[in-house]
Amino acid sequence: MSTDTLSRTFAALADPTRRDILARLSVADATVNQLAEPYRMSLQAVYKHLRVLEEAGVVSRSPGPQPRIVRLEASALDQMEVWIERYRRQAEERYHRLDRVLAELRDTDENEERHR
Amino acid sequence: MTTVTADPTVPIVHITRDFLATPEQVFRAHTDPELFARWVGPDTMRTRIDHWDARSGGSWRYVSVTDDGVEFAVRGCFHDVRRPDRIVQTFTFEREPDGVALQTAWFEDLGNGRTRLRAQSLVDSFEGRDGMLKTGMRRGLDDGYAKLDRMLINDNR
Repeated sequence: MSTDTLSRTFAALADPTRRDILARLSVADATVNQLAEPYRMSLQAVYKHLRVLEEAGVVSRSPGPQPRIVRLEASALDQMEVWIERYRRQAEERYHRLDRVLAELRDTDENEERHR
Repeated sequence: MTTVTADPTVPIVHITRDFLATPEQVFRAHTDPELFARWVGPDTMRTRIDHWDARSGGSWRYVSVTDDGVEFAVRGCFHDVRRPDRIVQTFTFEREPDGVALQTAWFEDLGNGRTRLRAQSLVDSFEGRDGMLKTGMRRGLDDGYAKLDRMLINDNR
């Protein structure tokens, strides 16, 4: 999987509604109306989410007349890469918190130097 | 920028990250329990240190608590604590007591008050390593991801 595809996949997965849509499609194919049903948002908004998922290649819509069936393209989610990227993001969040702790330590240490 | 690599031949994960701090400061943030509890995370949980003896041969245990009061306990031993450049420790999720990882952190002085952290986690099987990657530190917390995990696992069968 190229870095580009991977970042598109991750942008697609970054949203909880889109993850929910994927999780539901993993159980069964569905029409857009069926997908939209549980959400408090316009059909238009659901289409927008589907477009992002389609562009990332993780879902596809059958060609032909309405209602078109949405299905999951699970092969697009290279599992190991997905796991590693998510693990990396968690580590990055953790180290971002560490950055803040270290910034305080630097300030404290510099103040102590000054008062010595 | 954090980099993560999973070795294809050994069940090990490597992480590298640079910090604007001296090795001594990064080392302190890893060994002082109050500092450690502030960053180990995840964001959605509080960290309660139960026991902490950051000396070679010492041990540690802490509990991550969700807003709903669900607790995830982890523990291990400090095998070797060498100020300010290396820590070797074991790591076990108490919910999976048979699993143990051997973790090593190196704090490399880059000069100009910068430090490169290299951390590796050696697990006892590829299955264990992949499990660690899959769930990260947030098992079951993020519902959307949990569902996605199930999806990916089912797809794998």
